[in-house]
Amino acid sequence: MAEREFVMQFLFGAGRNEFVEHVPHARQIGMRCLEIGPCFATVQLPWREELVGDPLRQVVFGGVITTLLDQASGLAVQCSLAEFKRIATLDLRIDYLRAAESRLDLTARAECYKVTNHVAFVRGSAWDREQSDPFASMLATFMIVGPLDASAWQQRVTAAKEKARE
Amino acid sequence: MKGIEAIPAIPYARYLGVRLEERQEGVVCVLPFRDDLVGNVALPAVHGGVVGAFLELTALLQLVEFAEGGRVARPINFSIDYLRSAGPRDTYGRAEIVKHGRRIANVRVLAWQENPEKPVAAGVGNFLL
Repeated sequence: MAEREFVMQFLFGAGRNEFVEHVPHARQIGMRCLEIGPCFATVQLPWREELVGDPLRQVVFGGVITTLLDQASGLAVQCSLAEFKRIATLDLRIDYLRAAESRLDLTARAECYKVTNHVAFVRGSAWDREQSDPFASMLATFMIVGPLDASAWQQRVTAAKEKARE
Repeated sequence: MKGIEAIPAIPYARYLGVRLEERQEGVVCVLPFRDDLVGNVALPAVHGGVVGAFLELTALLQLVEFAEGGRVARPINFSIDYLRSAGPRDTYGRAEIVKHGRRIANVRVLAWQENPEKPVAAGVGNFLL
């Protein structure tokens, strides 16, 4: 089988924060991109009291985990494509395996395990202490809408390239 | 409405600025639009995660409304279908408890913006009571 080509290949690596910084809501809640690579992305959400959903247990609201995993998933899809495309979340299902621990940073990793012409399939999980002990797991599908009006991504890519050169 | 009393106790609900409105068709949850809820600047559109969180919150507040003895439901799972992009305007949500058992409740939620006939997202979840 021929080696797969990824449009984002030259950007793969750790500390790729520019890939969440352009998203106002991700920036607002302090999300960071830890790493992107072939068909996967890892993002992190630092502890924030205002995102608590269960005041008794001081646990982050479940939907915030959805936001984290949705962001990781979208990135994972971009990291699995051979050219830049517009994508949109079609559906996302999350299982809350246990309560996340209070006051810890939360990490989510998503992997795009199959891409067709129109649909991308993603699985992911989120954890607080160990990746092997996740508190949430997720399945999502994305629609590949069509060609990307490249300017926004190109700007991002150019910025990332310049950063890589520094 | 017990749901209204629950909102100040949930930091994330306060953070989103959600409120409940009693309408003819039932209790409606409102997510006021804010620039910092945007996930896609190009469209622009509310972050899919925020839409999902809003659906889950709407479901939870509906359960609070019908809770006996102040039990707080915990989500077991939640599934979201994204039907249309949620534009830069207020979003509304309405939940329906499909089943309220002794241990588990199943709740469906629909979210829309200008037209309830054109929902932006639908959700369904199971909650541990």
